[in-house]
Amino acid sequence: MPVKVMIPTPLRPYAGKRASAEFNAGTVGEALGHLTTQYADLRKHLFTEDGRLRSFVNVYVNDEDIRYLAKENTVTKDGDTISIIPSIAGGCCSC
Amino acid sequence: MATSTQTQPGTKPAASLSKEEILRYSRHLIMPEVGMEGQLKLKNAKVLLIGTGGLGAPLGLYLAAAGVGKLGLVDFDVVDFTNLQRQVTFGTSDVGRPKSQAARARLSNLNPDIQIESIEVQLTSANALELFKDFDIIVDGTDNFPTRYLVNDACILLGKPNVYGSIFRFEGQVTVFGMPDGPCYRCLYPEPPPPGLVPSCAEGGVLGVLPGIVGSIQAMETIKLILGSGDHLIGRLLLFDALGMRFRELKLRKNPNCPMCGSHRTITKLIDYYEFCGVRGEEAPAPNVQVPEITPRELKSRIDRGDDLFILDVREPHEFQICNLKGRLIPLGELPRRVHELDSSQEIVAHCRSGKRSAEAVDFLRKAGFRKVLNLKGGILAWSDEVDPSVPKY
Repeated sequence: MPVKVMIPTPLRPYAGKRASAEFNAGTVGEALGHLTTQYADLRKHLFTEDGRLRSFVNVYVNDEDIRYLAKENTVTKDGDTISIIPSIAGGCCSC
Repeated sequence: MATSTQTQPGTKPAASLSKEEILRYSRHLIMPEVGMEGQLKLKNAKVLLIGTGGLGAPLGLYLAAAGVGKLGLVDFDVVDFTNLQRQVTFGTSDVGRPKSQAARARLSNLNPDIQIESIEVQLTSANALELFKDFDIIVDGTDNFPTRYLVNDACILLGKPNVYGSIFRFEGQVTVFGMPDGPCYRCLYPEPPPPGLVPSCAEGGVLGVLPGIVGSIQAMETIKLILGSGDHLIGRLLLFDALGMRFRELKLRKNPNCPMCGSHRTITKLIDYYEFCGVRGEEAPAPNVQVPEITPRELKSRIDRGDDLFILDVREPHEFQICNLKGRLIPLGELPRRVHELDSSQEIVAHCRSGKRSAEAVDFLRKAGFRKVLNLKGGILAWSDEVDPSVPKY
């Protein structure tokens, strides 16, 4: 069933500059799996080497944090929006 | 919530407004939601702004204009030309001045009836608690992870609200941390990203109006906390996308196991936040990759000598348009799939703006088998300083 994954600005360079992508997925994990298969450069930004979601990347289904649902196993339904919310500090960089 | 407005020992809270103040605040006073009672709360309130830059500009201006009785301005930076595109407290004549002093002068002119303290120090674990204790509300307008965690932890230790705002390019986040039943920054993000995964300068920059909008929302939340009216952004993360012109809201939950604000607190004092944010990253790369370098002057003399050098510019196309050294443009992110465009038998000098991205490019090329590849030390900035001042710096 199609769910929409919102890609935040800092991660768009690794996702073909897209702001969102749609996938047929039954869980959050499946949707993120499709996303990082399509955009392989995104993988290291979202997952650790052993495949766990990174602690500084928050994922929401609609307005709920998946850490308080079933994490990556959270079931998604048609029309749900998955949001990836990375921590941003700034500001503007100075390198 | 009604924030307690404690006063300094020996000073009584203001109980009335002068005739001039009544005139100045008349558009507040004729609103029942503020009125005389609310305006006196504002007058007795003490708000500490951490940072007087992009977010601090609208914060300072609106809080001073609203009549917040005491404002503390923490900043140890000085105004530079690149600040003026968004830090609207400052004027061109302020360039070179300490920000907290320049902001104090501007805000005093806006409202001479309030007390404004310029605090020209770097906020550290050693001074944060002492600085915060005399204020009712702390507003976080900083631009880096170590200070974000420091502000959060100091607010939790002292039981003070932390009005949080952050921005990136054209996206903003706003919320209120540090309220008794609400979450804290560590509930949202237990750990900072390792330095290697923070967006690089190729994706930096910020739309000048964005901090104006996000800082204004922080100012609004601060005033509502002082007045004790309305619904606050407690347990709610407000997301603003300026490009799509959309506001969204996510639920923020207090993490019962939070090491800072949970029921079994394990962090009981301020820590070393640079170490926390820098060293313990999961796979943090060395901050500066060590690669062979060439100085701008050496490069200039080799070009003048007629040496056959290939100049590789690894910046983004929009940066190339600002200024360039007539090199071949291959952005760092495209280098892996465009590496065949380079001739490994030719000597290559890679450069970017400051030398950081090109160091990564040189590192990548050496690992790909290129032997004759050098990094231009200090990038275009150093080239402008040492060789050709007609090349603009940005």
